[in-house]
Amino acid sequence: MDLSLSTRTVGDRTVVEVGGEIDVYTAPKLREQLVELVNDGSFHLVVDMERVDFLDSTGLGVLVGGLKRVRAHEGSLRLVCNQERILKIFRITGLTEVFPIHTSVDEAVAATD
Amino acid sequence: MATVELRFSALPEHVRTARLVAAAVARRAGVDEAVLDEVRLAVGEACTRAVGLHQAAAIPAPVRVALVEEEKQFSIEVGDEAPRSAPGERVPGAPPGSGEDLEAEGEDEMGLAVISGLVDDVEVTAGENGGSIRMTWPTTA
Repeated sequence: MDLSLSTRTVGDRTVVEVGGEIDVYTAPKLREQLVELVNDGSFHLVVDMERVDFLDSTGLGVLVGGLKRVRAHEGSLRLVCNQERILKIFRITGLTEVFPIHTSVDEAVAATD
Repeated sequence: MATVELRFSALPEHVRTARLVAAAVARRAGVDEAVLDEVRLAVGEACTRAVGLHQAAAIPAPVRVALVEEEKQFSIEVGDEAPRSAPGERVPGAPPGSGEDLEAEGEDEMGLAVISGLVDDVEVTAGENGGSIRMTWPTTA
């Protein structure tokens, strides 16, 4: 299973829908996508992880890198995830304190704080 | 002797194969279904770290994964051949300071954080001939 990526714009937010496995092999593609979006002026990102089957620390590193980049432009990076096995990785690394994690894209797009 | 032993070239695309094999052997050994996700993630983290160490030090040798079924327990040992005098030491010659470097370094630490968060019984060793991460889970079979 490879990584699938698609982006769409909702208001002033850019939703990145990610599917498949994010690991040391596929994470660079996600990094490129996030870097490209920021370079193109999209600073408010919502990463929809509902179709992600596997996430490791390489993927976490890419998300942290993305957060760093959008914050440099006073932007935001929000995650959408309801899968317990994915959420667990954010919890054990303490990253639930770093990323706003939402239960739906609608909720993430509407969030302002 | 290991129940199943795997050696793969230190390339990112093979880490997924190691995860799949480890999970299949763990299932056969009687590791609880609920824990298989953790086995998959932990072995992936250990292999990712080993691949990174081999690539950073330009070591042509393969990464070793030993899957060992024992009485009432199942162990996975991921071994690398990257020499260092202390765990986490910077590889000589690697330029410090660039943004990508900091991210990569963070990933290495996060990989170990994920492993220690997931696995109760884990042993990390590192020496001048390389290092290893040994993780053990109880089995029910």
